[in-house]
Amino acid sequence: MTARVLLIEDEPNISEAIRFILSRDGCDVTTLADGHAAVAAVRAEKPDLVILDLMLPGLSGLEILNQLRADPATETLPVMMLTAKGQGRDREAAERAGANHFMTKPFSNDDMRAAVRSLTKG
Amino acid sequence: MPSSASNSAASLTGSLIRERRLALGLRQGDVAQAVGISASYLNLIEHNRRKVGADVLGRLAEVLGTEAASLAEGAGGALIDDLRAAAATAPGQQPELDRIEDFAGRFPGWAAVLAAQHHRAAHLERAVGALNDRLTHDPHLSASLHELLSALASVRSTAAILADTEDIEPDWRARFHQNLHQDSERLAVGAEALVAYLDGSDTAVDTGLAAPQEEVEGWLAGRGWHLAELEQAGGLERLEGEVAGLASAAARALARTFLRQAAAEALRLPDSALRRAMEQGESDPWVLAQRAGLPVLGVMRRIALLPDSPAGLVVCDASGTLLFRKPVDGFALPRFGAACPLWPLFAALARPMTPFADHVEPAGRSARRFRTLSICETRLPLGFAGPELREAAMLILPDPGPRSAAPVLALGSSCRICPRNPCPARREPSILAEAEAQ
Repeated sequence: MTARVLLIEDEPNISEAIRFILSRDGCDVTTLADGHAAVAAVRAEKPDLVILDLMLPGLSGLEILNQLRADPATETLPVMMLTAKGQGRDREAAERAGANHFMTKPFSNDDMRAAVRSLTKG
Repeated sequence: MPSSASNSAASLTGSLIRERRLALGLRQGDVAQAVGISASYLNLIEHNRRKVGADVLGRLAEVLGTEAASLAEGAGGALIDDLRAAAATAPGQQPELDRIEDFAGRFPGWAAVLAAQHHRAAHLERAVGALNDRLTHDPHLSASLHELLSALASVRSTAAILADTEDIEPDWRARFHQNLHQDSERLAVGAEALVAYLDGSDTAVDTGLAAPQEEVEGWLAGRGWHLAELEQAGGLERLEGEVAGLASAAARALARTFLRQAAAEALRLPDSALRRAMEQGESDPWVLAQRAGLPVLGVMRRIALLPDSPAGLVVCDASGTLLFRKPVDGFALPRFGAACPLWPLFAALARPMTPFADHVEPAGRSARRFRTLSICETRLPLGFAGPELREAAMLILPDPGPRSAAPVLALGSSCRICPRNPCPARREPSILAEAEAQ
């Protein structure tokens, strides 16, 4: 079955690269650049995995994660956080909030593919 | 035998004479002969068994190629103060404070080394504080690093796609090439600015990576915190021409606003009038403000901007954000983030038009005291219909003369770099305490 991935990332070039590699790997990828629309998009799309940038315009990745975990419909939805080095404190907060995986920028495409496969299997 | 203060001073002078003579490689007999005293008498002086009169001291100083005062006062004053300060920073040790003058007199070289090490430690402590402050709170550095990492992430992923995907469609290939080009441009600009930033704080100001307020303060510091041109014909225009050279548009705008305000205040209270009043014993900003028809904050700015003024000044708005910082040695002002909540500045902020006069001792190795005058003024730029704006200022003055019996407020710079513990106002642990705990 094709895994549906919702990618929330405001850097268009990163977004394009991730969309390409995951599509080539058999995923159905939808992208979004704005934090405010994220939670509604998750409810509407019902993806198998959310890839969420920590630093987003509008609503931060951490706030979105908190909202997702507070909603019974999405509390167990796999979420991968995209972080950058130097965001240690935010990362700790995201870990406490229930993020399933962290991918640190700049990441390798192989690591990204492997992590998505692992988070969407079964 | 316990030594009295006068004995200490005598022994200091004798020891200093001996140290000086030996440093010059002169024989006791030759020096005695040149001075016109016996060698045995000089020997007694050098071993602190005879007091030396002013006349002999003058001749000794001449022969030893130095000033009589430096032999008489010798290592007193600054060096002794430095040694005391060094002793105060090592609470676990038990230095012989009652023999500090003896030590400085007998071993002036080692005493100077100890004082220099103390200064260096204090300097490094300040540098650690400033760097930590910057890394923790500097939004410019954080944004700059994030920009670089984002561009790098895109380049790495896109380049790998182009390298590893043999059957990539021409449209995608063209798009990724375009993305690579864009990101490499971003990387080049971002890396250049970051290298300049890390190269030193001065260059950070030049490249625009410094906060706009820092740029303006850097410019004022470069002028010795004085704007003599404001009282000269065409001076404001010349200064405006100077600030046009500041790196960022925001800094230029801030500096122009500051200049126009400073010019209006200088017109009301010129340097010469302010100096005259202070020489006549009137330095109270409140009284001077009444006389000059200026807000008190305006007079405080005038005092801080006098040529060679020893006064520091901080100004904040109603949120407590520091809008202006003229630092003063021994009273560290945070470059980013919030200041110590115990500053009288914030007490003043809460009670507009109430004057606060305090004696304060900032945390730090120098243990210096200051007198602060703080006040908050309000403005209604849009009249009754608009918001009330507050601006508070704290003038930081050297504490005059001997320590008074007035209560002294112990305060800090900002929690992160303040060693005071326990402190009822502490917001977060200090890195200094953390370092000690490790």
